[in-house]
Amino acid sequence: MKLKLKALTKSPWVFHLNTGACNNCDIEILNVLTPKFDAERLGVLLVGSIRHADVLLVTGPVTRQAAPRLKRLYEQAPKPCFVVACGTCATSCGIFKDAYNVVGPVDKIVPVNAYIPGCPPKPEALISALVKLLGTVK
Amino acid sequence: MNEIEDLKSNLKDLIIKWQETQRRVYFDVQKEDVPRVVGYIFNDLGARFIIVTGMDTPRGIEMLYHFGLDHLGKVVSVRTFIDGDRPEIESVTPIIKGAGWIEREIHDILGVNFLHHPNLKRLITADDWPEDKYPLRLRPSSGKGPEG
Amino acid sequence: MGNRTVIPIGPYHPLQEEPEFFRLWVEGETVVDIDVNIGYNHRGIEKLCELKTYDQIPFVVERVCGICSTSHPLAFVNAVEDLADIEIPERARYIRSIIAELERIHNHLLWVGLAGHFLGYNTVWMWAWRYREPVLDILEKITGNRQNYAMMKVGGVRRDIEDADIPDILRLVDDLVPAVDMFKGAILDDPVLHARLKGIGVLTKEEVHNYGAVGPTARASGVAVDVRRDDPYAAYDLVDWDVVTQEEGDVFAKAVVRVLELYESVKIVKECLERLKKTKGEIDVKVKEIPSGEGIGHAEAPRGEVFHYVRSDGTNRPIRHKIKSPSYTNVPTFKATVIGGTISDATITLAAVDPCYSCTERVAVVDKKTGRRRLNGEDLVRLSQEKTERIKRSMGL
Repeated sequence: MKLKLKALTKSPWVFHLNTGACNNCDIEILNVLTPKFDAERLGVLLVGSIRHADVLLVTGPVTRQAAPRLKRLYEQAPKPCFVVACGTCATSCGIFKDAYNVVGPVDKIVPVNAYIPGCPPKPEALISALVKLLGTVK
Repeated sequence: MNEIEDLKSNLKDLIIKWQETQRRVYFDVQKEDVPRVVGYIFNDLGARFIIVTGMDTPRGIEMLYHFGLDHLGKVVSVRTFIDGDRPEIESVTPIIKGAGWIEREIHDILGVNFLHHPNLKRLITADDWPEDKYPLRLRPSSGKGPEG
Repeated sequence: MGNRTVIPIGPYHPLQEEPEFFRLWVEGETVVDIDVNIGYNHRGIEKLCELKTYDQIPFVVERVCGICSTSHPLAFVNAVEDLADIEIPERARYIRSIIAELERIHNHLLWVGLAGHFLGYNTVWMWAWRYREPVLDILEKITGNRQNYAMMKVGGVRRDIEDADIPDILRLVDDLVPAVDMFKGAILDDPVLHARLKGIGVLTKEEVHNYGAVGPTARASGVAVDVRRDDPYAAYDLVDWDVVTQEEGDVFAKAVVRVLELYESVKIVKECLERLKKTKGEIDVKVKEIPSGEGIGHAEAPRGEVFHYVRSDGTNRPIRHKIKSPSYTNVPTFKATVIGGTISDATITLAAVDPCYSCTERVAVVDKKTGRRRLNGEDLVRLSQEKTERIKRSMGL
């Protein structure tokens, strides 16, 4: 295993992007960091810049206005970068499938490594997804 | 005398149609009278501005200005119709600062031109949304997107 | 006149119904103008609702905003019940109020935490969110989900609260009171917070009227507007509670209103639960068809009034569904509160309406002349936190 990848599995830094979500997924992501779940003890850190990120965590069904920005952020991310579609909207557009201003889901815009369905996914599901994702890194 | 009675007596020349239930009031006015009626309700009666609803109907574009008379527990809605082919109406933003956004939104989704609006630029539709497509119009543009 | 600098904040942030992109124009430390761009989150829900049936719409509108995920369906069912003249059973009214108040509790705790974070009190953030978890547990117990409760439907509620669960819920609610006491002490008695928040971002009564501000934003300026009292729905006219107001209109007053509202919400939940034990019967009425006509419903969300207008033509779908969320008229008040203040106060003033979190993570201060990036979002939060430190030191703490 490359050194870079090995380091990544020990402490994945996450950049979170909301592409038009209803905020529930976003709150659950923050919840994962707070005392009850406390993902930081596992080395997970939410970062403020995509340049520092190992994982791009995308929520929301991708609105027309957000799609070009999602693409640009993905291009700016240092590789390897895992893209995680968080929530039913991000994985399949869910209830917003027929809305005129929605162009998603996420995998239509950028390649996705992991999907977390749920509306919103429970914090346990988020942590489990991360563990599974890192387990695929060989 | 309560505000509803005031409203009825002071604006009786302008009111075309009046509907009232226990907690809701709807009345129709001509589109030219909207600034006067809205100004009276907002400034003289001191009602709280809630929002404007715009909708495309076969009769033209229907506009509803909603106000809350909170101490009476009533919602007052002023209704007017605009010609769908040339949708234009006087802006109420000079009277109510809080109406700035919703008029911009109605401009985006229904293509209504608000005259004398201080800042009628795009609010909610995407930067690349075509100029002449309005998602909430009945015709000609409806459906999933400008392509659809 | 000094150099004008423009600070873009945004566009994305997860904690408000609608994401915004702020541009602050600053001269030195002072904010001289602000512009707000929205539209990043525009999904076209109003149009989408025209494609859905009355039974499906509550599921759509609870996804307008995740935090107000009971207020929007509640306003919608109020609107349809106004349209079709439907009386709902008493039991359903209590259950509606319980869910709405639990939502208010978890939302206000969330706000307290984030406000703490912006001021450099990260401990407050962690503590507030820790006490928010039991509320989510109660909601999960009642509704089966931590968020998006899917409880409201036209004519009643979808799920009952079992008698056997009530003691457990009461115990969890009772446990919240000492926590709220702690936050009350931490906020109302802290000299640093007094120095930091009093007189900052003042919104006057006139501006509340001009902008149509609602909820805690308006109540902190002495405008006692609360849909729960003014146009009662659910069980709010059946139980005893008070509207909390403050006169000052500054950030501190907004914090006080929210903390004191926590007590009122606990009171309402407890009384509703007690009455629920004694009220037997159905939790919904059968709604056969929705006649043509129009209806207006509103509900007091944690941030203020949610307003829904529904027009029906007698089919099973509305022909127009207008949604107005509280932030739509609260956010433009920034023009009145932020201008004239300093940059280090801008974050907390913007947050006082109800926080935008991730936007400030993506803030960048750009020098208008050179276009060079000088500060980012973390710096802005840091500026705010440093000011708290300075005040602390000057007080000898």
